[in-house]
Amino acid sequence: MSLSRFLLSFVFTALIGTPLAHAQEPARGGTLTMVVQPEPPSLVSAFNSAGPIGVVSTKILEGLLTYDYDMNPKPALAETWKVSPDGKTITFNLRKGVKWHDGKDFTSADVQFSAMKVWKELHPRGRSTFAKLTAVETPSPLVAVFKLSEPSPYMMVALSGYEGQMLPKHLYDGTDIAQNPYNNKPVGTGPFVFKEWEKGNFILLERNPNYWDKGKPYLDKIVMRIIPDAAARAAAFETGEVLLGGFSPVPLNDVKRLEATGKFDLETKGYEYLAPLFLLEFNLKNKYLQDKRVRQAIAHAVNRDLVVKTVWFGFGKPATGPVPSVLTQFYSANVPAYAFDVKKADQLLDDAGFKRGADGKRFKLVHDFLPYGSDYQRTAEYLKQALGKVGIDVEIRSQDTAAFLKRVYTDNDFDLTSNFFYALPDPTIGVQRIYWTKNIKKGVPFSNASGYSNPEMDQVIEAVQVEHDRRKRKELIAKMQSLAQEDLPVLDLFEVRFFTLANKKVQDHTNSAEGVYGSFSGVWLKK
Amino acid sequence: MPRLVGYLARRVLQAVPILLGIAIFNCLLLHLAPGDAADVLAGEAGGASEEYLAQMKAKFGLDQPLYVQLGRYLANVATLDLGFSFRHNMAVADLIGGRLPATLLLMVTAVAVAFALGIVLGVTAARHVRRPIDGLVSVIALLAYATPIFWIGLMMILLFSVHLGWLPSGGMMTVGTDLSAFDRLADIARHMVLPTVTLALFYLALYTRLMRASMLEIYGQDFVTTARAKGLDERRVAYRHVFRNAVLPMITMLGLQVGSLLGGSVLVETVFGWPGLGRLAFEAVFQRDHNLLLGILLVSSLLVVGINVLVDLAYAKLDPRIELR
Repeated sequence: MSLSRFLLSFVFTALIGTPLAHAQEPARGGTLTMVVQPEPPSLVSAFNSAGPIGVVSTKILEGLLTYDYDMNPKPALAETWKVSPDGKTITFNLRKGVKWHDGKDFTSADVQFSAMKVWKELHPRGRSTFAKLTAVETPSPLVAVFKLSEPSPYMMVALSGYEGQMLPKHLYDGTDIAQNPYNNKPVGTGPFVFKEWEKGNFILLERNPNYWDKGKPYLDKIVMRIIPDAAARAAAFETGEVLLGGFSPVPLNDVKRLEATGKFDLETKGYEYLAPLFLLEFNLKNKYLQDKRVRQAIAHAVNRDLVVKTVWFGFGKPATGPVPSVLTQFYSANVPAYAFDVKKADQLLDDAGFKRGADGKRFKLVHDFLPYGSDYQRTAEYLKQALGKVGIDVEIRSQDTAAFLKRVYTDNDFDLTSNFFYALPDPTIGVQRIYWTKNIKKGVPFSNASGYSNPEMDQVIEAVQVEHDRRKRKELIAKMQSLAQEDLPVLDLFEVRFFTLANKKVQDHTNSAEGVYGSFSGVWLKK
Repeated sequence: MPRLVGYLARRVLQAVPILLGIAIFNCLLLHLAPGDAADVLAGEAGGASEEYLAQMKAKFGLDQPLYVQLGRYLANVATLDLGFSFRHNMAVADLIGGRLPATLLLMVTAVAVAFALGIVLGVTAARHVRRPIDGLVSVIALLAYATPIFWIGLMMILLFSVHLGWLPSGGMMTVGTDLSAFDRLADIARHMVLPTVTLALFYLALYTRLMRASMLEIYGQDFVTTARAKGLDERRVAYRHVFRNAVLPMITMLGLQVGSLLGGSVLVETVFGWPGLGRLAFEAVFQRDHNLLLGILLVSSLLVVGINVLVDLAYAKLDPRIELR
C-alpha cells in the first residue's frame, strides 16, 4: 500500500468513524418493554437453566465473569483472576464495594456458598461442570480461591450470570434452596432490582441506583411482558408496545413482513453461548437402526439445506457434526460428511440387506418430535417424506413435552426423535452428554438416549475433560467430532439460528455471546 | 323462610359427595397422563442429574403410590387446603386468588354484555320475524358463532391496534407507569375492550338465537292470543306477557355459562395475554402441575354447584308456579 493510499484510508476512517462515535453516545432513562416466553417458573438461574428464567434473572443476579463473542472471559463480579500453572487453583479477586440489593456486602463467602452448595448440588449441568471443584477457599472477603482435583478448562466459560449465578448466602444458607421464597423475588447484585411479578401478566424491574458500574444502567425500568400467543407478540411489536424479544419471539413466517416495515433490528448474534443444535436421535436398540449403514443412509437421504431454507425460513445453518460452527475454538470441518444423495442412501440400505418390498417399502420407523411448535412438526413431516423416498416408512407420533420426555428418556420407547440440544460454549458441558456411555441414564432428560456406547469415544471424552493444554485439547475434540460423524448415533441436522427482534429505538442490546442473557446494563433507548 | 333454609341445607349436603367424587375422578384422570412435574421442570432446564431428579420427585410426593397421593390430597382438601404448586413455588389458593379478579372482570363483563345485547337482539328479531331485520340479526349471530374465536381476536388486534392504533393489543394494563387511580381504571378499561368484545360476540350469538326461539314459542301459546283478544297492544303483549316467560331458558343458559366462568376462556386469554384462570389451568396441564389443576377444577365445580342453587332460586322468583323442595 502506497503512502498516499494509506493516508487516504486514514482520512476515510476519520470521516466515517467520528460521526458514528457521536451517534453512539448513550442516553439515560426510559422503560424497556420486552417479551419473555414462555413464562418462567421462577426467577433464579443458579440452579435452573430454563431459558426464560435466564432472560429475566441475568438482569438481577450476576456471575463472576462475562464473555465476548469468542467466549473470552471479561471481568464482572471478579475484577481479576489467575489460573495456576497446573490448572488446579484459580484465584478470583472480587470487586470492591459491591452490595446486594438489600444492602449487605457481596463477599467471597457468597462465592463459596453459590459454588459448593448451589451449582455443584442443584444445577442441572453444575454437577458435571464443577465435578472437579473440591473447595472454594476464602482467605479474605474479596478473594475466592477455587481448588480443583484436576484441571477443568471448561469451568472458565461457565461463570456467567446465567451459567454460574451468584446467590446471596445470607438469604439462602440453611434453607431449602429450591423452595426458597426469594426464588420468586430475587435479591442480586445486578444492574436491575426486582420489583414485582404478576404471574401470567408481567415482571417489573427497576434501575439499581447503587450499581457498581457507575453511571450504568441507562434504563430506568424493564418490563417483561408475558404474551403467550406468537401472532399477538408480532402485533405487540408492530404497535410498539413491545420493543425487544429474544429466542425468535415471533412466527418465522412473520419475520419478512416485520423487517419490511424498517422499524426493527433482526439480530442472530448473541446465541453463541448456547450454540443450539437440531438433531435426530436414533434408538440403537432398534434392529434396523443398529446397523451403521442404515443410519448413514438416513444421513444421505435428508436434504439439510432444504430443511433450513424452507421449513426454518433460513434461520439455521446445515450442521456438519456435533460441534456447531459458532464454537470457533473447537469446531472441526474435517469429519466424515454425508452429502444429500438419494441413490447412495438406497444403495446403503440395499447393502444392509433391507430390500424394498412389493409396495416399495423396506421397513417402518416411528418418529417422535419434540413438541416445541409448528416448525418442529413441519420438520417431522419433511423427514417422513424424505425417508419415504428411500423406502423407509415413517409414522409421525405427537404428544406434549412431558409425554415426549418420558417416552424418550424414561421408557426409551422410540425409534427416531427430532430433538433440540444446546451445545453450550464447551463440548465437555454440552456435547459429550449425547455420546458418553456414562451418560446413558434412565429418566434424565437430554442424556444419551440413543444408547450409544463406544469405548474409544469414552476414552476421548474423558481425556477432553482433564486436558489442560489448549492445543492438545482441541485435537482431542476434533477426534471426538470425527468419531461421532463416523458412528452417527445421532444425526446433527442443523445449527438453529435464534434471533432477537428489537425496535430500532433499542441500542446496544446485543454485544456479546450472552445476548439476551446479558445484564442489559449497557442497553439504552434512543429518544 | 324455614323452607328456604331447609332447601339450602339439603343442597349443601348433597354437594359434598358430588365434590368428593369430582376430586377423586380428576385425580385419577390426571394420573393417566404420562410424565410428571419433575420431568417437565428437568426438561425445561435442559437436563438434571439423577440425584436431583430423585430429590425433586420425593419432595413433590411423586415417588409415592397413587393411593397415598390421593389420600394426602383429599386430607388436604378436607381441611380446605388446596395444596402447594411446586412449579410456581406458591400455595395453590394464592395462585388461584391472584388470577381470580382478572378472570371475573373479563368473564362477567363479557357475559353481561352478551346477555343484555342477546335479549335486545333476540326480542327484536322475534318481533319482526321473517322480515329483513330478523334475517340480519340471524346472519350476524351465525357469523359470530361460526367464526373461530382466536381468529376474531387476532383480526380485531390487527384492525384496532396495529392499523388504527386506537386500543392496546394485549395485556391488562400499562406496566411501569405511575397513573392516578382514575387513569388506572381508564387504562384497564381500554385494555378490556378487545377481549371483552371478542368473547361477548361468541356468547351473544347463543343468547340471541335462544331468545328469539323462546319468544317465538311463547307467541304461539293460547294466553298470548287471549291477551291480544282483550285488546292489548303488541308492545305490551311482547314485553309483559311473552318476554317474562321467554326469559326463563335464558336464565338456565346464563347459569350454565356462569358455572364455566372460572375456567375462563383459554383462547381469548391466550390471544390477548389476559392473566386469567383459563390459561393458568391450560398451562398446568402441560406442566403436569396436578395440585394446581386439581385446585382449579375443584373451585370451578364448587362454583357450578353454587350457581345451580342460585339458578333454582331465581326460577322460583321469576315464575311463582315453581316451588323449592
